[in-house]
Amino acid sequence: MRLERRASTPRWLQVAVPLGSVAIAFVVSAVVLLVTGHNPLHTYRRLFEAAFTDPGALSSTLTAATPLCFTGLAAAVAFRVGLFNIGAEGQLYMGAIAAAGVALALAGQGAVVQIAAMIIAGAVAGAAWALIPGFLRAFASTNEIITSLMLNYVAALFLNYLIFDTLSPWRDTSSPGAEQFPQGRTLPDAAAWPTLSLGTDLLIPFGLLVAVVLAGGVTVLYRRTRFGFEAAVIGDSPRAARYAGMRTRRNILLVMGLSGLLAGVGGASQDGDFRHLLDPRGLAQPGYGYTGIVVAALARYNPFAVVVVAFLIGGLSNAGYALQGADFPAGLVGVMQGIILFCALGGEVLVRYRVRVGRSAPVEAAHAT
Amino acid sequence: MNNSLLVLIASSAIVYGTPLLYAALGELLAERSGVLNLGVEGMMLVGAAMGFFVVQRLDGPGPLALGAAIAVAAVAGAAIASIHAFLVITLRASQIVSGLAITIFAGAAGLSSYLANDLDLAQSPARHVFGPILPHSLQSLPVAGPLLFAQTALVYASWALTAAVAYYLARTRPGLELRAVGESPGAADAVGINVTAYRYVHTLVGGALAGVGGACFSLSITPQWLDGLTGGAGWIAIALVIFAFWRPDLCLVGAYVFGAFSALPFILQARGVTVAPELFQALPYLMTVVVLVAVSTGAVRRHLGAPAALGRPYVREER
Repeated sequence: MRLERRASTPRWLQVAVPLGSVAIAFVVSAVVLLVTGHNPLHTYRRLFEAAFTDPGALSSTLTAATPLCFTGLAAAVAFRVGLFNIGAEGQLYMGAIAAAGVALALAGQGAVVQIAAMIIAGAVAGAAWALIPGFLRAFASTNEIITSLMLNYVAALFLNYLIFDTLSPWRDTSSPGAEQFPQGRTLPDAAAWPTLSLGTDLLIPFGLLVAVVLAGGVTVLYRRTRFGFEAAVIGDSPRAARYAGMRTRRNILLVMGLSGLLAGVGGASQDGDFRHLLDPRGLAQPGYGYTGIVVAALARYNPFAVVVVAFLIGGLSNAGYALQGADFPAGLVGVMQGIILFCALGGEVLVRYRVRVGRSAPVEAAHAT
Repeated sequence: MNNSLLVLIASSAIVYGTPLLYAALGELLAERSGVLNLGVEGMMLVGAAMGFFVVQRLDGPGPLALGAAIAVAAVAGAAIASIHAFLVITLRASQIVSGLAITIFAGAAGLSSYLANDLDLAQSPARHVFGPILPHSLQSLPVAGPLLFAQTALVYASWALTAAVAYYLARTRPGLELRAVGESPGAADAVGINVTAYRYVHTLVGGALAGVGGACFSLSITPQWLDGLTGGAGWIAIALVIFAFWRPDLCLVGAYVFGAFSALPFILQARGVTVAPELFQALPYLMTVVVLVAVSTGAVRRHLGAPAALGRPYVREER
């Protein structure tokens, strides 16, 4: 069996492969469940109900999907041009810290001012944090994969420090109980982002709408602007880009900044939409940044597909929380996400290569002699 | 004297550094073949869970159970690594995405937790743990006692392993061929080295060592089961490989430096010194960034930098 690179990929394959990956992943997970003595049909039915059809389940799924849209977009804009920013996790924390700080500082202001300020603060902080690996990559050619990863931990520790080990303005110091159980100071009411209700119990978080708008913006940016074109060329072939006179460094900084910005707004949305205080454990536990990379990879780095995939993966995570214990094995969510991603990565080979079985190619014959 | 702060820090640095050392040596071997595996944390956790399971369920004398546990932990780590190897070597998938998928699949909210839950690991402390193996008279010697003679078999084995890996890379034919594969797979292929086989073997060995590193936690440091008990050690191990310029001898030093940073907050707290623990915990990550920047430039990169083919699939037809 050999792999031959395809000159062009048929359109249907680009859709069929992710869908097929998910289907195969469900079959493989079913085998895992069977082997360990669970009934896969029962588990899958409960999964589907808890993710989409139980009362309030759809709203919870949207809640879980919102941060994944942001971090998925953050990963997609960088990965598709060959910049592996795996720091969305830390960039989201920094966005959340800045947005909460601004909301607390602007106590007494109206909702519009608050929300606008939080989005801007989150965006700036996320972008700034991503620009550290960005600058190092652009000017010292330091591999951004590891630096952005390391900075996730630094950001997480900074976040813990603000709440657990110092009397920062973010920390609730109002009651004696808060000394024993440190937690964030509650944000002003005006800093709570609105929700759009559709029907009786379907609530759409404002942050999700922001994410969809940003997905549109990113699509336009990458399809219709000079920047998008240059970024794509740099991603494909840095050498060709340099010969064409493109400013590689500036584009690296712009892409990393954009990626961090998206994750940072995701952090602001966590404060404004859901948590209403700076919550280190709640932000760190789900690993939004890392799951965002799963989402982006499954969406093949297409911004609108990111929104759709975030909804599905969000449903899976949400079901995992809702069903904890009872009839849903612990750890199944991670196992399934992992298997889905393995299948998607394996399926990618069908998109990029043609699989030939049998006779050897003339090229190889030439090598052999 | 053996209770002095310095001795205390140094001996806990060795304890906390040992899992890092195992995992980092494994990652080093994989990276030297050109395969970056970001799934170390996941492989460690599965190794920790399976090792712990064996100790809980296998009847027999302690040393036998512990030995079997380490073997099973290594096999479990290698099994997880084989998924990564197949995806990135045979199917040429992105090493970064695949490695992260490994961590999500196997990590604290994935397979390790699934196994621990199905195998009922959380309910009791370990039946056997790795303890000091040398006679008491040696252990109570000043300074050398706690540092050199009061360690567990895992620590002594890690020293032997470091020496073995260093010898392997510098003095043996397969070790030199491995380095060729990581630096220039095309050239290695041209002289008849089987690039694919080298990459598979070393990725799997890397997984096995990560599994052993994870078992250090569940069988020695915190001998019980908690979801996510490695607490990010897998990521520090990845950092450590860079910090050590991809050299096993420096891995040993780096592991104990990073181990000291993990242990320092507890020790200082016990002595009534209150320093924000986050400061020490952040240092390994910041130091790694600094080292990475330092080895990214020109001449330094060639001598101390990453294997040139790290992260790139090898495709004979496209070389």
